[in-house]
Amino acid sequence: MVTITNIVYLIAAIFFIIGLKNLGSPKTARQGNLLAMTAMLIAVLVTLLDRQILDFSYIIAGVIIGAAIGIVSAKKVEMTQMPQMVAIFNGFGGIASALVAFSEYLRTGNSLAIDGLITLILSLIIGTLTFTGSLVAFAKLQGIMRGAPIVFPGQKWINAILLTSALVLGVFVIFDASLVSFLLIIVIIAAVLGVLSVIPIGGADMPVVISLLNSYSGLAAAATGFVLSNNILIISGALVGASGIILTQIMCKAMNRSLTNVLFAAVGTDDSGGVSTGGERKKVTEYTAEDAAMVFDASQSLIIIPGYGLAVAQAQHILQELAELLENRGVAVRYAIHPVAGRMPGHMNVLLAEANVPYEKLLEMDEINDDFQNTDVVLVIGANDVINPAARYKKDSALYGMPILNADKAKTVMIVKRSLSPGFAGEDNELFYDSKTMMLFGDAKKMVTDLVKAVKDL
Amino acid sequence: MNEIILISVYIFVLAIFVGFEVITKVPPLLHTPLMSGSNAISGITLVGALISAGAGSSQAAKILGMLAVITATINVVGGFLVTDRMLEMFKKDKKKN
Repeated sequence: MVTITNIVYLIAAIFFIIGLKNLGSPKTARQGNLLAMTAMLIAVLVTLLDRQILDFSYIIAGVIIGAAIGIVSAKKVEMTQMPQMVAIFNGFGGIASALVAFSEYLRTGNSLAIDGLITLILSLIIGTLTFTGSLVAFAKLQGIMRGAPIVFPGQKWINAILLTSALVLGVFVIFDASLVSFLLIIVIIAAVLGVLSVIPIGGADMPVVISLLNSYSGLAAAATGFVLSNNILIISGALVGASGIILTQIMCKAMNRSLTNVLFAAVGTDDSGGVSTGGERKKVTEYTAEDAAMVFDASQSLIIIPGYGLAVAQAQHILQELAELLENRGVAVRYAIHPVAGRMPGHMNVLLAEANVPYEKLLEMDEINDDFQNTDVVLVIGANDVINPAARYKKDSALYGMPILNADKAKTVMIVKRSLSPGFAGEDNELFYDSKTMMLFGDAKKMVTDLVKAVKDL
Repeated sequence: MNEIILISVYIFVLAIFVGFEVITKVPPLLHTPLMSGSNAISGITLVGALISAGAGSSQAAKILGMLAVITATINVVGGFLVTDRMLEMFKKDKKKN
């Protein structure tokens, strides 16, 4: 039976890998997800045949409750809320791993060998920390907590002391496996550590945090796999751990920040906008929707640069209407997606796909950046820092070195914005004052609605 | 260190490399579904939870196991379903076909 179980686990692992591989293309992605789902199902079914299982009542109750909550939340969640959904699910994955590890400790009556105890402690620490850290990330993204970083003196030192003391207590447990109270203290310390490590991180940096917590939830599963000597947990946990780390790196690179800087520098004030800088008022040319429609009429190509402000204003559907209208008039419309356009990796693509934008029109930065110079109009909505030319040359700017979209290379740049306030980085955007820039002041949804109307009236 | 744990470490390290290879190829277009999908995969800990809930010797172990089954199932079921819901929205351009 053990052999059969392990062979089925191996098949499940292969399916997970092929499933993730299929997630690499929009044509095969759905099928890949189904394959991973199948893998999970067969792994669960073969586990249920295990002779160790004597009592099914707790299992049935648990599965029914969990599946009900899972189904309802998956159906109800808005696409704009995906980041907090993934955050809280990461947390559930993390705590589940920690609970399994602890339950295994109780079950085996502290007869675990040294390696089992080491991985038990790791699983408890990573799993619990992932749980509480994810809860804080969820609260920040959901707006239950303010997005601003919460900092106090000596924060880093307290974190370091907490982690060290958890590890020291762990060493005691390794020498004397019957110290249950020590294990409980480790869990409490890990819980506090999870909260303390996420509260100093600003709302705008959440994409990095979710990616990192994603990685942790995988590592917690892998650690639990070591405790149970269960290879499917180890393999799947490692895959997810790797995935989270890659996404973390991508997000850090796109923001031009190191991971250490994101985790400890407490950048950003709040979700709602950046630091306002005074300075002299430069001349801005304000235009109306009708002016913009005339320019659209005379152009052949348009690149839209959406930022998170677009989703906040819920303007993505009306924007797609505008794009279709212009396409029918012979304008080639494409979207340029900056890696940080959204609240989690790839978020903007999902939001636009929901608004029925075909995925071929969603181009990533490297694919489209050389095309801006041959483009008639760029329409920027709800984005700011990702088109700020200061990132290229202004060495003292927080933005310096960040990869940006070459919006300024297009013939005409239209920017829909409420005001001239700078973005998260607090850097004034010189593109607003450029002679080829048409500033369209107003709420994103209202302005795009006006644009639709103006184009229809042409 | 006994041999079983050593083999497990081998598996872990090799799986991380496979993960890096496979996931680096996923385009930014699909990073959100990738994340929620891989998140559902990390719910594999459900397999361990089932044994904890079903084979626990003490009541405490079983209850911890059941809590683990609940949280892991939310993770698995919710994660896969929402990923499917998202992927369904990614459509090709109809006009070109």
